[in-house]
Amino acid sequence: MKFIVVLLLTALLGYTAPLYFSWWSFAATSFIIALFIHQKAFVAFIDGFLGMFLLWLFFTLIIDNANQHILSQKIALLLPLKGSSILLILITSLIGGLISGFASLTGSFAGKIR
Amino acid sequence: MRIVGCIISALITIILIYVLDIQLTLHGSKTPIFGAFLSPQTGFWQNAEPVNETFNAQLNFPQLTGKTEVYFDERLVPHVFAENENDAWFVQGYLHAKFRLWQMDFQTYAAGGRLSEIMGDSLNGTSFLKIDKFFRRLGMVYAAEKMLNAIENNAPLKSACDAYTAGVNAYINSLDEKDYPIEYKLLNYKPEPWTNMKSALFIKYMAFDLAGYEQDFEKTNAKSFLSREQYNALFPYLYDSIHPIITDPLPKLTNMLSVKPPANVDSVYLNYKISNVIAPADKPIKPNKENGSNNWAVAGSKTKSGRPILCNDPHLGLNLPSLWYEMQISTPNFNSYGATLPGAPNILIGFNDNCAWGLTNAERDVRDYYEVKFKDTTMHQYWFNNEWRDATMRDEIIKIRNKPDDTEHIAVTVWGPVMYDPHYPDKLNSNKYYACRWKAHDESNELGTILNLVHAKNYNDYLNALTTFKCPGQNFVFADKAGDIAIHQQGGFPALWYRQGDFLMPGTDSSYAWQGDIPDSLQPVMHNPEQGFVSSANQYPYDPKTYPYYMPASFSYYRGWLINRSLSSMQNITVDDMKTLQTNFYNLSAEKALPVLMPHLDVSNLSADESKYVSLLETWNMVNDADSKGATVFKLWVDSCISKIYGDELHQSNLPVPSVELPAMLKNILKDSAALFADNINTTEHETLNDDVTAAFKSIIPVLKHAEQHDSLAWGKFKDTHVSHLLKIPAFSKLHIDVGGGVNIINAVGNNHGPSWRMIVELTDDINAYGVYPGGQSGNPGSRYYDNFIDTWIKGKYYKIHLYKEEEIVSKKNNPGKIIFSKS
Repeated sequence: MKFIVVLLLTALLGYTAPLYFSWWSFAATSFIIALFIHQKAFVAFIDGFLGMFLLWLFFTLIIDNANQHILSQKIALLLPLKGSSILLILITSLIGGLISGFASLTGSFAGKIR
Repeated sequence: MRIVGCIISALITIILIYVLDIQLTLHGSKTPIFGAFLSPQTGFWQNAEPVNETFNAQLNFPQLTGKTEVYFDERLVPHVFAENENDAWFVQGYLHAKFRLWQMDFQTYAAGGRLSEIMGDSLNGTSFLKIDKFFRRLGMVYAAEKMLNAIENNAPLKSACDAYTAGVNAYINSLDEKDYPIEYKLLNYKPEPWTNMKSALFIKYMAFDLAGYEQDFEKTNAKSFLSREQYNALFPYLYDSIHPIITDPLPKLTNMLSVKPPANVDSVYLNYKISNVIAPADKPIKPNKENGSNNWAVAGSKTKSGRPILCNDPHLGLNLPSLWYEMQISTPNFNSYGATLPGAPNILIGFNDNCAWGLTNAERDVRDYYEVKFKDTTMHQYWFNNEWRDATMRDEIIKIRNKPDDTEHIAVTVWGPVMYDPHYPDKLNSNKYYACRWKAHDESNELGTILNLVHAKNYNDYLNALTTFKCPGQNFVFADKAGDIAIHQQGGFPALWYRQGDFLMPGTDSSYAWQGDIPDSLQPVMHNPEQGFVSSANQYPYDPKTYPYYMPASFSYYRGWLINRSLSSMQNITVDDMKTLQTNFYNLSAEKALPVLMPHLDVSNLSADESKYVSLLETWNMVNDADSKGATVFKLWVDSCISKIYGDELHQSNLPVPSVELPAMLKNILKDSAALFADNINTTEHETLNDDVTAAFKSIIPVLKHAEQHDSLAWGKFKDTHVSHLLKIPAFSKLHIDVGGGVNIINAVGNNHGPSWRMIVELTDDINAYGVYPGGQSGNPGSRYYDNFIDTWIKGKYYKIHLYKEEEIVSKKNNPGKIIFSKS
């Protein structure tokens, strides 16, 4: 239950914060969530990771589907990812997930120190 | 342990964010800020427009005076219905920005010599600093300042430009970073506010593109080692068959401006074969020589409907986002549709309720150079008409991304800015000072012409509208519902003596100066001629044998000839006939060249393998369509003949030389003056014309074989047309387009150049119009409207275009949106 709540909260604040602050501001919210809602280090990492990974995954899937892959294919040629939209979506989501996961891990450790 | 874990994970988080929040350097170029670029909330994902996107909005701005309704049709062409004319220009600015902001902004950075600000001094082998210096030294900013002055001093024009600028800025101000066009995100910079100066720079960029081609340094170089006889044979002024635009006789004038060359012209100016050869210079920056166009109008006497039909296709560089943006603008004063250029208030090529108009480039050379003698290297004083005069100094500061500024000190003389000095050497590395005299530097009001044309109701309005247009000189074709057709070459052209300005001129006194402009009366209009049509395709405007002034230019020769030949023989013309003509691939230059060249090809000297390619030529129908192999052989052979016959003479110099054109070569061969050049001066044998022409053929065989092995011998594949994104990003470009065309072809699709907007307007009561351009209405590579017209354009098909009444478009279903602009 806690796992689900943290996951949803991570995703919710991870979506809200960048509306007002820098693109990476979700790292701060993931950190704070993990700081106050304590979970074991490994669990906190996975929770933080999945919160943002899934948010960005669904976000990009919805955008890409509505766009019928027009832009993602072009960017995947440019980067270069051989034009693979799916690879681009996974890399995007992985970046969100990793930053959030490590921020949550930091929060979890910091919570125990406190 | 926890503290260590905490520190390590915090470090990883920070490093991840840091690396993803800076521009990395990869293979010498800067990456985007990956984190921001990939974030679905701020990055490129935000530019991925849903394919079923609608464009509905209700917008209020204090600058507006009334209400304006904008309906988008199924191709995303906006149909603007404004209660007030200036509101219409505001809305045009807003829409240009909404769909083309990055392109408008980028083009003015290029025109103003500011690319280094956003691109850095160089990237992927392109020196942006060099390009910036060139445009600064050419006086582009100087010219735009004069145009801005003309705008400021013309109340109606100023209010239109102010409204347009306010519209662009209203859109820019509505943007969050996530909404920026994708190119800003890739290059990591922000749009800057629009100004009337940016519009002026944009117009001057068109002047550069269309009135910026000359070969004065190259010709001066050629003059230094060719004899007068050789030079005149290579670069002739007169031809036997010239098909000028205006065929009416010239008016008889008693009090004509007569221009005479100075007394010393033979000794100091037309002094051929004088100097020695020095080191080569950089590849010069030039507009594309093939910038040109076709336009024509046929009278009702020749059409099936009994009404005039007007056609126009401007040939320009093919880019994405496209140079053009289609619009209808309806105000209480006019109701007009056409191709607009994002960057200024305009409908450049189009029609209204009463008439239609089109433009082709005059191609006249209106840029010359004068050698200036300065007292010393400070360039503060120069010698002119027996005294030292003060030069004014312009300091052009070029900002460079991540580097200190660079400043160009440019002296401005009576001639104009000193473009070349020892700090910025000319193409001949002569270490001299050359001032640039360019018509685009003169104050003039081209935009006024364009805005007046939109209002034109009849022939007289058209004539009156043209008077303020000076540079780049254009052939304005016209037709109206009343049945008039007309064509007029309009522009400010200096009255020149023979060969004046072809070479660099002495500038220590006024004897070599332009002595005035050609009077309007000697730039006659052809109005309702007996032949029943008017046309232009960048050829001689008047017969140079009888015209009283010298007309240096890069005229084209065959397209206009073929258009006139086709139109003369046509009757009962329909819109479909015009579509066929506009997309015609017939190669008239081949029809004229093959009978001249073939007799000199020594077939007995060719192997069976080589002869195979001759038969491709012999069986060729002289049509440059995509599948034609003969077209490829012809093109390569002609280029090779020019280089075999003239290359040895021209390459006595390592410095740039002018190119020899096909009609000159044919004239030489027919008049036997090719004999002057046939012998290769670098060999001991005595080569004949037959030897050269045959050797030219043999030398292209490896290229033909290579093409054949790679399945690219067919002309479409060989030519390999592409429509490139302005940043040359392949993923944002349309590459490897298999289509016919070429230089001298009416449907002039080249490698990266060609008909950039095709329009046909039949002036029936309910105007019957068609158009297409190789692009799409949206400049966003993430939109389905980015390049959706290209396939139609490749096939030579058109879209029916509508000058709607508001009630017609209101009732149309499936429109992608409606925007209402009101005063707040």
